[in-house]
Amino acid sequence: MTRSVLSLASLLLCLAAFPAHSVATAAGPALPAQVEKINQAIEQGWADYEIRPAKEVDDLTWCRRVHLDIIGRIPTATELDQFASTRGVDKRSKLIDKLLHDDQYTEEYANHWATVWTNLLIGRSGGNDRRDLTSRDGMQKYLRDSFARNKPYNTMAFELVSATGGSKPGTPDFNGAVNFLINKVNDEKAVLAASSTSRIFLGQQVQCTQCHNHPFNQWKQQKFWEFNSFFRQTRALRKFVDGTRDIASAELVNEDFKGESNEPEDAVVFYELRNGLTKVAYPVFTDGTAIKVSGFVSDVNRREELGRLMLESEYLDKMIVNRMWSLFMGHGFTKPIDDLGPHNPSSHPELLDALGKEFRQSSYDLKQLITWITLSKPYNLAPVLGGNNKIDDPSIGEMPKFSRFYLRQMSAEQLYQSLVTATKATAAGSYEEQEQQRRRWLQQFVVAFGTDEGDEATTFNGSIPQALMLFNGELTKNATDTKTGGFIDRIYKGGKSPTDRVTDLFMSGLARRPTTKEIGIARQLLMARKGNEKEMMQDLWWAIINSNEFIMQH
Amino acid sequence: MISTWQTPAGMSRRHFMNHLAGSSAVVGASALMGGSIQAHAETLRKNRKSAILLWMGGGPPTIDLWDLKPGAPTGGEFNPISTTGDMQICEHLPQVAQQMKHLSIVRSMSTREADHNRGRYYMHTGYVPNPNIEHPSYGSVLSHELMSQRPELEIPPFVSIGGASAGPGFLGMAWAPFSVTSNGRIRNLDMRLDDRRLLQRMAALQTIESGFAAKTRDTPASEHAKVLDKTLALMTSDQMKAFKVDEEPQAVKERYGTTGFGQGCLLARRLVEAGVPFIEVDLGGWDLHQNVHATLKNTKLPELDKAMSALVEDLAQRELIDDTVVMWMGEFGRTPRINANAGRDHWARSWSCVVGGGGIKGGIAVGDTGRDGTAVESEPFSSEDLMTTVCKGLGISTETTFTSKNGRPMKIAGGGKLISELVS
Repeated sequence: MTRSVLSLASLLLCLAAFPAHSVATAAGPALPAQVEKINQAIEQGWADYEIRPAKEVDDLTWCRRVHLDIIGRIPTATELDQFASTRGVDKRSKLIDKLLHDDQYTEEYANHWATVWTNLLIGRSGGNDRRDLTSRDGMQKYLRDSFARNKPYNTMAFELVSATGGSKPGTPDFNGAVNFLINKVNDEKAVLAASSTSRIFLGQQVQCTQCHNHPFNQWKQQKFWEFNSFFRQTRALRKFVDGTRDIASAELVNEDFKGESNEPEDAVVFYELRNGLTKVAYPVFTDGTAIKVSGFVSDVNRREELGRLMLESEYLDKMIVNRMWSLFMGHGFTKPIDDLGPHNPSSHPELLDALGKEFRQSSYDLKQLITWITLSKPYNLAPVLGGNNKIDDPSIGEMPKFSRFYLRQMSAEQLYQSLVTATKATAAGSYEEQEQQRRRWLQQFVVAFGTDEGDEATTFNGSIPQALMLFNGELTKNATDTKTGGFIDRIYKGGKSPTDRVTDLFMSGLARRPTTKEIGIARQLLMARKGNEKEMMQDLWWAIINSNEFIMQH
Repeated sequence: MISTWQTPAGMSRRHFMNHLAGSSAVVGASALMGGSIQAHAETLRKNRKSAILLWMGGGPPTIDLWDLKPGAPTGGEFNPISTTGDMQICEHLPQVAQQMKHLSIVRSMSTREADHNRGRYYMHTGYVPNPNIEHPSYGSVLSHELMSQRPELEIPPFVSIGGASAGPGFLGMAWAPFSVTSNGRIRNLDMRLDDRRLLQRMAALQTIESGFAAKTRDTPASEHAKVLDKTLALMTSDQMKAFKVDEEPQAVKERYGTTGFGQGCLLARRLVEAGVPFIEVDLGGWDLHQNVHATLKNTKLPELDKAMSALVEDLAQRELIDDTVVMWMGEFGRTPRINANAGRDHWARSWSCVVGGGGIKGGIAVGDTGRDGTAVESEPFSSEDLMTTVCKGLGISTETTFTSKNGRPMKIAGGGKLISELVS
């Protein structure tokens, strides 16, 4: 109702100002062609399955959603207010634009995406051990700089795969990009470097084919070792802190590879079939393109060649599109998202393909890709599983139809950032101090699986340790503190009436006004607290941040 | 609801909390408190079964531990020694050898998953990963089945010590493993709040919580409430003292070994005593692509020997062994062939698991992998077969069927076959 009135008003304005312009804006602002493409493909799916999508999500919930997804935290009450008072049918596109391009958000945008990619490239524990070659600081610094400058994605991929230099900020020849591979090349013939690179950047799961031909994967053992051969000129060098095994500094270098038969002009890799036969492999890319067989770096730099071949591969495009789509929509076009082989069906194969091509044509501008996804119809739906889209439930194994916004939990990092930034729950400090504090907090949720591949899981997954942390943890204690100048104190001194202030709490945490029932609860709490309003607010804020509505991205 | 706003005088904290859980919960476990159930508790306690899984993350070289091939080119450098059972095992497990009368070895495990993630999933669930469904892990399934024997249990029925185990799949987050470190210290357990105020906060929380669940009608929103209930029950339970492994006498701690795994095994025994039906204890670091024998001899086997033997011995001395199944396994074994780095790589085709206790026969070795260990030369067994046998040993019907969210019926333990030598 409100929306149609608004649209009409803006249409009139629009017509008055630009009488010659198209009337198409009556249905909403003109959308980039890529968004139309997404909408058409997704709507076609709804028609095919005879489902009706959820309604469009309300403005404030959407505002919270897009803040969490783009800059990694919920909006403050002020940001919500500003958005609520923005006029025009293009208010959503304006907010996307602001979060992506306004200088005030550059740092948060860069930090958020650096966090996402650090976890992806070196895991949640990479670099946390003093004996680890990886420098988490170095990885984050490289990524923060890259996202702050909106470095094209293909450049980033190339740099991460081909980097040489020092791992730690401040060391000579520092190049943070080396941290992706520095702990993956020395052991086991760089098996981990090969499997991580192909999985993360190309969506090719090859780890099984190291030992045998995969039963239902097109990759064969031969292909694994050919791909692996690209990493065999690479070494990680280390310097220890005197008298310990702690890593002082590390460096990733390319060295001549003499091959496993000691002939650098013909630098070969051997591997063994399950029947005991030995076979040979040279660097050959997944599409069959071979490079020179020499192991001399002066003849051919194998990782740079790999980087170049990757940039030509359509799988590079599809993988990043699928990844970004799933980060925003809660599900990718495939499951798992980083397995794009023909054995693994995709929910919308043509759309995945088309978006990959569009992204390439946009010069790999991640901010454009984000704009297309967040403006698209499916991203703007309510998180409601209703009678008309009941079958759209990926949690029971259905292919996603994107007819609603799928509920999902915030990441531990998003929760932390939301409480810290929105409620200033920790003391300020330098970037480094804050980062150390954040890292310590995050570490409590990481559980390792004890493999050489550094596999890990998180207990920030909706289970009891997470609930205990939110009930009783330090972060909650700080967020609900009533001390002067704190979040609750500021709200307490702000609003006109107790009801106003209760509304402020709900807006800050849940981006909505309280219901009548919730106001009733607040009133009861106030009585129970014998009229101490600050304590009532403390109780209420505790309840808000412990709720499903707070912890869910919705 | 209103009644939660005031604490009647003289009401104990526990009683009070149970009231709350009963009123706020969707299906709180602690809401089951009732006189008639308590009357049966003693009988139930006598019959209750538990299982402990010793999980060897990374894939242990079972050919060097349980199925030695002395003299074969694949045999490695270790010698076999005799045990109290009818089999020989590695010389670097002398204390475990003394307990083998309680344990049996399945030497003819033959599986297909030689990737860590896939193997971990398969050995924990009996199913290969499938994008359309998340299978519940054995820990979730078995604790789900065994819960009816312990209505008085307030702490989580599935505890994972020192590792992540595997998730509850379609059974929902209420059956997720409760992940703790081996010292049993649990973070953020202190409430720092008086009971009455906590209850009032919980009432406010419940209002917001149920509003959101009703609005979205989606599972994650309602699952959340169940976990809140379990958390509240645990926070207020006296049974949590089972986690205080520090309170064990020093001599007992030393018997298990003052390693993470040693203390984890000791904690597992305490949890069995407290009534927890499924406990996993993790020992990682078996991914021995290089220097396999030196690492085994110097670090892995001494740690394992001490802890595993202490656990079995302790369970036997406390007369718990006949009601507690103990399993030992990883995601796969390792290649019979020793590679150029003196290591062994991933190998799923022929390897061993160890199982005993409960109704499972100890002291025997089942299956044969021939002269060099490269192939199973007897009836091969799978994850499903092993778990079917474990179910039998725990008195759980192997006909038990679960229904996944999309309505697909799934037999417990994937409908595997019994390893008949191990059960009577």
